[in-house]
Amino acid sequence: MITLLLALKVVATTPEYGAVAAAIGGDQVKVTNLAKATEDPHFVDAKPSHIVALSKADILIEGGADLEVGWLPPLVEGARNAKINAGGPGRVRASEGIQLLDIPAALDRSLGDLHAAGNPHFMMDPANAKVVADHLCDVFCRLDAASCPAYKANRDAFAAKLQAKVDEWAKALAPFKGKPIVTYHPTWRYFAARFGLVSEVYLEPKPGIPPSPPHLAEVMQKMKEQHIGLVLVEPFQSRKTAEAVAERTGARVVDVCQFPGGLSGTEGDYVGLLDADVKAIASALAAAK
Amino acid sequence: MNIARWLTVLWFLFAIGIASAQDAPVPTPTPTPTPAPAGPPPITVASGTAGKNYLNLSLDGLIVVGASTEPDVPGLQTGGHDPSQRGFTVQNVEVVFDGAVDPYFRGQANVVLQIDPDGETVVELEEAYAVTTSLPKGLQVKVGQYFTEFGRLNPTHPHTWDFVDQPLVSGRMFGGDGLRSVGARISWLMPTPFYSELLVSAQNAKGETATSFGGVTGDVMFGRPLDPDDVKSAGDLLYVPRYDASFDIGETQTVVVGASGAFGPNGTGAGADTGIVGIDALWKWKSARADKGFPFVKVQGEAMSRRYEAAATPLLPAETFEDHGTYLQAVWGIKPMWTLGARYDRVGGDVGDDPADPAFQPRERASLEGTWYPTEYSKLRLQYAYDDRTGLKDASSVWLQFEFLLGAHAAHKF
Repeated sequence: MITLLLALKVVATTPEYGAVAAAIGGDQVKVTNLAKATEDPHFVDAKPSHIVALSKADILIEGGADLEVGWLPPLVEGARNAKINAGGPGRVRASEGIQLLDIPAALDRSLGDLHAAGNPHFMMDPANAKVVADHLCDVFCRLDAASCPAYKANRDAFAAKLQAKVDEWAKALAPFKGKPIVTYHPTWRYFAARFGLVSEVYLEPKPGIPPSPPHLAEVMQKMKEQHIGLVLVEPFQSRKTAEAVAERTGARVVDVCQFPGGLSGTEGDYVGLLDADVKAIASALAAAK
Repeated sequence: MNIARWLTVLWFLFAIGIASAQDAPVPTPTPTPTPAPAGPPPITVASGTAGKNYLNLSLDGLIVVGASTEPDVPGLQTGGHDPSQRGFTVQNVEVVFDGAVDPYFRGQANVVLQIDPDGETVVELEEAYAVTTSLPKGLQVKVGQYFTEFGRLNPTHPHTWDFVDQPLVSGRMFGGDGLRSVGARISWLMPTPFYSELLVSAQNAKGETATSFGGVTGDVMFGRPLDPDDVKSAGDLLYVPRYDASFDIGETQTVVVGASGAFGPNGTGAGADTGIVGIDALWKWKSARADKGFPFVKVQGEAMSRRYEAAATPLLPAETFEDHGTYLQAVWGIKPMWTLGARYDRVGGDVGDDPADPAFQPRERASLEGTWYPTEYSKLRLQYAYDDRTGLKDASSVWLQFEFLLGAHAAHKF
């Protein structure tokens, strides 16, 4: 009970940060996620209940790469909590210290919904999750020095578990080095870079722009030329579109997710989520060989 | 009047807030994390361009084209940003500046440009305010020129609306430009497990953005010429209390309910006051697997009632008028980027029997809209409305609206 009362209240914009925070914080933190694992993280409702959660928070973890720009600012203003304001002691930008991909040379929305800071889906690379885990451990230690040894132990355990899994995942995907994949949105760029896959074909013609028939025809052409046998789709993306493309090209649709809980059995478990993603992708690549 | 004491308390709280905000510990910079051992280490850099500007700047254009069976479009449409003529209307071109002032305030200004039917460009300082970010105890103070937080629609800008025009009740109670004025507002986010907020605003009570109150000298309300008084005491200001609460029902539904009041002197003569009270509600369902926020269904309604004390004139006795209005609307986000909506509007009440003033006669309107958003930065909306007006011909109108947004990404309030 006492632990509960003293627990650091952590709010995460999206569930993968919440999962890592829970792994590092253990019993000493209470984690709330704002976005659902199954919804489009670019368009989350700025619900009043989120303001209540933020008003009581000790820590707010955001990606910090503009993914939440359409809904987080009014929530933070509504929460009027100095701890989590920009520059506040509890405000964590997870992208800090991470080399982002796809930083646009110029900001031009005729190229789609570009994120000025770069591609915000960096947590799909487990090496970046390790950076975030270290970052969170430092923040937790700073705000709750008494529990710092526990946070460090949890961080080490998380890192060890992650490292073991990364070796396993790298081995599972090694036979497919250089293989191209098709995804709906450029969500899997970091994942592909880490595991030697090539993610350059998307169902969206430009980031955030819905698929159009001429673009899909082009995608199908590329799939035939490059022998791409899988289309990755997330819970909120149009499975129907992915199925139509897969049917015409003999490919298979692979259900994956960037958020723990978006695939059943992965609730609150970052490593478990990536494990499920890797297994689904590896088996589809093997079948498509 | 205890209002002067109230203001003193308000100011005192504000001053305490600033003082304690300044006492807050200096935030330590986040340490740079150590590189990861998994695979090749990521390069450690300070990432991101977010926050590289002191000021976010955006420009929103809202243009409408259409026609109505009623030639007198301004008589039909009660909003200052509604279509103002057959053919094309520039509803507004809104330039928004916003950003952090310092660690204690965020500032925002909305400068609106319009082109009137004579081709003249009109500039309006719609809002320009600072709001505190770091007061303790859930308090927040806003100071400047701002849309009064009365009900759900009044504090919002036209490009965020679900329909081409404002509901009739907004025009009846608050005039064409909504209720807004220069003043200060304090709000308290109450420490309840659910969302619960109490707000009180004190603003100047006169001008064309306070039509039910002081109004503009020379304008006529209920047959009486207006001559609003200057402020002689705190009692001559407009006071607007509001309470709202919100609950989530499961993972996918949210309800917001609110009650507001606006009380102040009106311009018909000494001692004549106006009181407006309103209730509002919103229910929204959004799919747990929402793609770009779709599909969703939202139902929103507001009801308002006004009591207007009209002072005696050499020709007219002192009278009190009571009128009311409501709207109820439903919008269905069918699939990503497509919505369908319907709205029912009605205003009426005891407003005397002056047939020369059709603006105050009872009337009803039904509207249907369909919207396509090519992206979140543009939209195309088709709307049909049928107006049923006492003492005037019924009217059918069709409007096609286009919006484009440049610059900083707009954040959407719920």
